[in-house]
Amino acid sequence: MKKPDILDNHMPSLSRRRFIAGTGGFTFMISIGGLINGNWASANEDSEGSKNKGSNITVWVKIDSEGTITILNPSAEMGQGSMTALAVLIAEEMDADWSKVKVEHSPIDPKIYGRPGWGGRGYHMITVGSFTVSGYFKPLRQAGAQARYVLLKNVSMKWKIPLTELKTEPSMVIHSASNRKISYGEIASFAETIKEIPEIPEKSLKKPGEFRLIGKYVPRVDIPEKVDGSAIYSMDVNVPDMLYATILRTPVNGNQPESFNEKEIKSMQGIQKIVRLKHGVGILGKRYENLISAKRRLKVKWSKGAPAEMFDSEKILEGYKNVVGSGKKGGHVLNQQGDADAAIQNAHRIYSSDYFSDHVYHAQMEPLNAIVSVNPAGDGAEIWAGTQSPSGAIKAVAKLLGTSPRKIKLHPCFLGGGFGRRSMSDYIVEAAELSKAVRKPVKLIWSREDDFQYGAFRPMCLQRLVAGLDADGKLIAWKHSIVGDGRRLLSSGAKIPFYDIPNQHIEILGLSHGVRLKHWRAVGHGFTKFAIESFIDEIAEAEGVDSYQFHRQVMHNSPRALKVLETAADMAGWGRKPPDGHAFGISFAERSGSLAACVAEVSLEKSSGKIKVHRIWSSLDAGIVVQPDNAVAQMESAIIYGLSSVLSERITFKDGKVQQSNFHDYHVMRISDAPEEIHVKIIDSNESPSGIGETGLPITGGAVANAVAALSGIRLKHLPFTPDQVKKALKL
Amino acid sequence: MSIEFKLNGSKTKLDPQPETTLLWVLREHLKLTGTKFGCGSGLCGACTVHLNGQPIRSCITPVSALAGKSVTTIEGLSKNQSHPLQKAWVEAQVPQCGYCQSGQIMQAAALLESNKNPSREEIVAYMNGNICRCGTYLRIIRAIKIASAKVNEG
Repeated sequence: MKKPDILDNHMPSLSRRRFIAGTGGFTFMISIGGLINGNWASANEDSEGSKNKGSNITVWVKIDSEGTITILNPSAEMGQGSMTALAVLIAEEMDADWSKVKVEHSPIDPKIYGRPGWGGRGYHMITVGSFTVSGYFKPLRQAGAQARYVLLKNVSMKWKIPLTELKTEPSMVIHSASNRKISYGEIASFAETIKEIPEIPEKSLKKPGEFRLIGKYVPRVDIPEKVDGSAIYSMDVNVPDMLYATILRTPVNGNQPESFNEKEIKSMQGIQKIVRLKHGVGILGKRYENLISAKRRLKVKWSKGAPAEMFDSEKILEGYKNVVGSGKKGGHVLNQQGDADAAIQNAHRIYSSDYFSDHVYHAQMEPLNAIVSVNPAGDGAEIWAGTQSPSGAIKAVAKLLGTSPRKIKLHPCFLGGGFGRRSMSDYIVEAAELSKAVRKPVKLIWSREDDFQYGAFRPMCLQRLVAGLDADGKLIAWKHSIVGDGRRLLSSGAKIPFYDIPNQHIEILGLSHGVRLKHWRAVGHGFTKFAIESFIDEIAEAEGVDSYQFHRQVMHNSPRALKVLETAADMAGWGRKPPDGHAFGISFAERSGSLAACVAEVSLEKSSGKIKVHRIWSSLDAGIVVQPDNAVAQMESAIIYGLSSVLSERITFKDGKVQQSNFHDYHVMRISDAPEEIHVKIIDSNESPSGIGETGLPITGGAVANAVAALSGIRLKHLPFTPDQVKKALKL
Repeated sequence: MSIEFKLNGSKTKLDPQPETTLLWVLREHLKLTGTKFGCGSGLCGACTVHLNGQPIRSCITPVSALAGKSVTTIEGLSKNQSHPLQKAWVEAQVPQCGYCQSGQIMQAAALLESNKNPSREEIVAYMNGNICRCGTYLRIIRAIKIASAKVNEG
């Protein structure tokens, strides 16, 4: 990706129109679906000047006379590889020579570059839920096919032959009858914009057997600049005349600054401005290191009375047992079929188990930061940020300034990790508020301690599972109650669409604690699937049935899921004797429309309580996989992220304050604790693609817990399985 | 306070405030932004550079410690991504978000300087101070093995 223009030139006003004019003659822009008014110049204007309201005006591809093909990427690149995958979709259908493709960020304009929202509601530029490739799979292949049409049409007009006689090879149009061929670059030098570009139906797109790029090894385009330090994250952006900023935020969410030693701080070296915010105090200066000293000296008297003050996470989590046992009615029901209560009452055998999980923190490696420059009039701004939700950030800053989103320009940067944290815009709005106060560009940098203290966490919860079996040992009833704060964050993954259980009741018993919570990679699936898969394994053991066979029985009418499970079991050689002192555990989960299963090989050092995961064999069915090597990388990534949360990650609160502050007391997985091997098998499929970036995560908790149970007879029921938790469990 | 040291082979003179750390001098004063801020406490390794050939955490290294010494950052590791580790990092498709990778590569480069053929255990022990939240660890090990093999071929 190109360095942001700001590195060379403050406040570029590089509209798309000027860009086109500046490079015209040897360049043409392909306006896809430009049927609404057919005027490519206006169709290519940026959102600020766009007259087109239609959602099917899109502009994705530029070809210069040298044959270089620039494809615009509408998604956030946070390590998941979408900027390559999306470009592959366009390049595939337009028959581009991949070696000539460059990828650049698209402007932030959801009407043009958004993907269809859930339930067909509007168009969005938000990179979450592993929806990017699946959401763009059809529209971007159609866009690529339309680009190819424009090229063919131009040749057909030039050579005065029917378009149907032409075919393409990579970056080349061929006319076999006259033995002529012409490169895309040559076409670009004379091409005219085609006013009537037909819609290209899905059935006219390439069939999987014809793919040259999709499903093949295509190296990621962002990797070269990530090995020499030249990739630009917002942390690396410098804007002339900017001030640095830091914020001391309330340690208890909801409290506000009442008074502080403003005079003293103002007199310190390099401090230019102090800004009182609702939730903290901002300090601005020319040099970041001055701010660190000033922040250390800043003494704030905070207001009292926020509900979060009462929040002591360990005590409250323990108290959740009283909620789930109270027969509390009026929970939010996620799934109800048959009559679970009646079926349990009449069941031959009943099982019940409680599972706990603590808060976890995103720990993206790049601490939050943003640069915002509010204009002197205070009615517009430029933003440089790594964000999963650029359109959300623009809306939020526009609201702050009381202006139109059209007056906010966002320059996307690489994200040094997102994992859900960067789908919030809080850090961008803060920078905007500070810039608004000084009417200068402000670079707000969160320290790692800030990132912990004002984190937004995956919520803790208690899950109670109750199951009833009939006389034949068949699961006939299933009750799952989840107690905690953050309803949508808790419900994710609680349903069991691939398990055939006739009577089900799945519910959330919601509470509110006033602390900051947010989506975290795979959201609730991390703990809901841990509980579900542990419980299935526990029932199987009690019934004297092999866990894999019990899974198969429950999954009997879901052939696709069965194949995933069987693949992982075969890879691991399920049923063989594990190495001495080791044991296997198996788990299955669905996430983002994809299916995954794994077998974990685990050992346990009883004296220290330390669990070691040695090997993982995993399988994935994600439909058509656009980039297989990257899919493997995402599985490796999600499995390690998952294992890290399962083994060691834990945020606790006392009196509403986060107790952890940096990587010495919040342990993310390091290389020495990573499994020695992670095997991933992708199942061949011609189904539409589904999400991959999170699918490896939900399978980790159950697989490890089940392996530890097989090894020691101890059921670990509280995430994370820290050595302390393990020792506590072993003594019981 | 005036400090002279060598930075990526060139003489550099600075007049920093004494409490300034090397990381902020590199990133904000000299605009060498390849070296990353991750934790500010020497816990994650994202800020790793070489001081007289040894890997150090620039976020906890005061500039006063640099006088007369030689600093190498990711920008000075090679020209045109030609270091065997950089090539191996591309071959093994290591980076995901990429934010920690400058630090990973600088740490690995110091390893290969002192040990041209490290075992898996030696790699793991040497790289354990560098966190990768995307979990690219297995590919890091693979890439160091690839680079080590290339270096030993000559």
